[in-house]
Amino acid sequence: MRPVAAEELESLAIGAWILGTGGGGSPYLALLNMRQLYRQGVVCRLMDASELADDDLVAVVSNMGAPLVGQERLTDPKTMALAVTMMEEYLGRKFRAVMSLEIGGGNSIQPFMAAAMLDLPVIDGDCMGRAFPEAQMTSFAIHDLRMYPLTLADVRDNAVVVARAASWKWMERISRKACVEVGSIASTCKAPRTGKEIKECAILGSTTKAIGIGRAVQAARRAHRDPIDAVLEVEAGIKIFSGKIHDIARRTTEGFLRGTATIEGLDQFRGHTFSLAFQNEFAVGWLDGLPRVMTPDLICVLDTVSGDAIGTETLRYGQRVTVIALPAPPILLTPKGIEHVGPRAFGYDLDFRSVFA
Amino acid sequence: MRRRIGIDVGGTNTDAVLLEESIVKAAVKTPTTADVTTGITRALAALVEQAPAARDAQAAMIGTTHFTNAVVQRRDLGRVAAVRIGLPSGASLPPFVDWPEDLADLVRGEVVMLEGGHEFDGRPLVPFDGKGMRAAARRIRAAGIRSVAIAAVFSPLNASGEEEAAAIVREECPDVAVTLSHRLGRIGLLERENAALLNACLIELARKTTRAFTEALRASGIAAPLYLTQNDGTVMLAEVAEEYPVYSFASGPTNSMRGAAFLSKRDEALVIDVGGTTTDIGSLRHGFPREANNVVEIGGVRTLFRMPDLLSLGLGGGTLVTPEPALTIGPASVGYRLTEQALVFGGDVLTVTDVAVAAGLIDLGDRKRVASLPAALVAEALARIRAMIEEGVDRMKTDAGDAPLIAVGGGSFLVPPRLAGVSEVLNVPHQAVANAVGAAIAQVSGEVDQIFQDLTRDEAITRARRAAEDKAVAAGADRATLNVVEVEDLPLAYLPGNSLRTRVRVVGEIAR
Repeated sequence: MRPVAAEELESLAIGAWILGTGGGGSPYLALLNMRQLYRQGVVCRLMDASELADDDLVAVVSNMGAPLVGQERLTDPKTMALAVTMMEEYLGRKFRAVMSLEIGGGNSIQPFMAAAMLDLPVIDGDCMGRAFPEAQMTSFAIHDLRMYPLTLADVRDNAVVVARAASWKWMERISRKACVEVGSIASTCKAPRTGKEIKECAILGSTTKAIGIGRAVQAARRAHRDPIDAVLEVEAGIKIFSGKIHDIARRTTEGFLRGTATIEGLDQFRGHTFSLAFQNEFAVGWLDGLPRVMTPDLICVLDTVSGDAIGTETLRYGQRVTVIALPAPPILLTPKGIEHVGPRAFGYDLDFRSVFA
Repeated sequence: MRRRIGIDVGGTNTDAVLLEESIVKAAVKTPTTADVTTGITRALAALVEQAPAARDAQAAMIGTTHFTNAVVQRRDLGRVAAVRIGLPSGASLPPFVDWPEDLADLVRGEVVMLEGGHEFDGRPLVPFDGKGMRAAARRIRAAGIRSVAIAAVFSPLNASGEEEAAAIVREECPDVAVTLSHRLGRIGLLERENAALLNACLIELARKTTRAFTEALRASGIAAPLYLTQNDGTVMLAEVAEEYPVYSFASGPTNSMRGAAFLSKRDEALVIDVGGTTTDIGSLRHGFPREANNVVEIGGVRTLFRMPDLLSLGLGGGTLVTPEPALTIGPASVGYRLTEQALVFGGDVLTVTDVAVAAGLIDLGDRKRVASLPAALVAEALARIRAMIEEGVDRMKTDAGDAPLIAVGGGSFLVPPRLAGVSEVLNVPHQAVANAVGAAIAQVSGEVDQIFQDLTRDEAITRARRAAEDKAVAAGADRATLNVVEVEDLPLAYLPGNSLRTRVRVVGEIAR
């Protein structure tokens, strides 16, 4: 267990936005909350999963909803903590630590907000290793762990416990419905996990990894080096394409932002075209019409100059972007993992082939 | 005969033009003065001398960077009471939360957070705390604060919370200026609230400055009503505009681009504005600058202003050329000291202007003083400048085909007549005062940015257009002349039904 410095949270916000692979929502407002808490003297602790006893309980938290609503109904630590204490009341047991559901985007910082209020450590890890749009797209679901109970808290005095669900998909449907009813933004505490489950089934070390990516970007900027090269170095990533957004088509279906972005190549990629399909996050990329990179490999679109991640909602015509691939956590690459988060899980009839194979 | 005066108050020069119908009758360039108004009075005097008909102009439009500079330089800012309506949501991130400390210390007066606000579909979040507002208004009065900014959750979709709060503030503090966030911004509470706070801290300065502008106009014998140009290339009557100083933050570059469109008679083109220190490249769509979508920081404060999407290059007439060890251009510049420090003006600094004179692109100063520059150096510097411009143009282009490029600004001689990716480079008369021309031709606009549910895309756009038209008419436009200049729609993830965020902007002529 070690204290987390304020600067590390700044790095975490940058790195987590990159690991968001286009989704997960901007970490900016969660980071602002942490700055406020640290100004008041809070210092969060990061805990290695190995320090957990097998029968310890860990709260897996996330802010659920539409990123756009989150820009008006600003996230706050109290509501985040409320979802956790509700779960403790429901279970009649105390949590030993909190953990992020997804390290990609704003949910990387949400557990720190809860942890600050409850004086609990944050587990270095998550269960996606990136961001994904749905509840069954987690390492816990891939391991067939139980998906209930779930608590959901609204900033008003509304709270819901989903006591049981028949499957991960049912849990997604029921909790999504409740979330929409309270205004499409809610704090959630997912099914509690034992120390043993965390150690065996979580994606460990992803918080440290996100901090490292952010730190590499910051160091490169300070040294006037290419921040994208820095990310590729620190994560053993591959530069897939670089160019200018030429076209962007979006549509909402079944509550998701789906669409395609077309990028015209520049520099070494001049004369080539890259198209990128997304469902909240980037799912598949084609180079000149042939599949080049696909989920669960992480497909990240970065501003070519600043190295800042660009979300699927903020992609726009004329932006200069670089597409990079980062390796996915091993659990997502197993046959069961590919079933849950491979291209077919997003409706693309493609056999998964990793760019890192 | 329609006569209009356009004035642009820049950092270095104050330009003024007289437009008769669509002909530039007179144009002057004078140095900007510290008090701004003296510069305007001098420019107007010179304009009237050139064209006495300027006295009979029906409208005068001023574009100025005065208010942006006040924020950047932290001067002439008033204390503000911030009222946030949206509790219990957002309690942990109060107003001013992401402001630079020094600026917040100057501006932050009372901070009030109250229950109220709305959901994304317009339902109330919780009932509005009118009692709390009344108590706060009394505290604001007691504290002697003169300006209040009010921001409510989802007010762009339902403004009733902000309106109710304003009514209470006006009852309790009759002399206080009130800024409502929904009049200024889009979805994004913190950024919209920041815009309202900036506006509120500038409002006294804006009133004072606008009145001084009017006096300068009257002192020059011009009786025409005064308008202030806004970031989006349109105008508001001065008495309305003085309540919205933040709307004029980016009016300088916008006016240049609008002037470029007017002078070249092109509505779809790229514009390059080459000044003394920087070059701005933008893109015209329907005769208006394409706007940036991203967060814009003013003096360190995040906002979502309507700003032209500009690419700024460190290239201008005063940009330094360093031949050794490897040739570099900029980014440093001698700026307004060009006429003392450049070689051709007797100085000892090699600037881009010297290179241009040596190459015969323009005749300025003493040409003999650059005769000894090696031809290879001149050629390489020009090639480098060309590459910078071509790269910038390519970056701002929105499709792969060649596009026309309009060159304006005092340094437009630096733009080569032929460029890769450019179908033609347009040099137009009065290109050096394009910004003042842009001010003179400004129209009136209205904009709506709202989430619509369970409507077809067409229905949503129609609804947004009607609302935008109503706003434009309220701002002084003639309804019969309104045109849609921008439509943008974005389906929203995780919202139920068919949620579509729709933004529509219309513009029209001033109603007379």
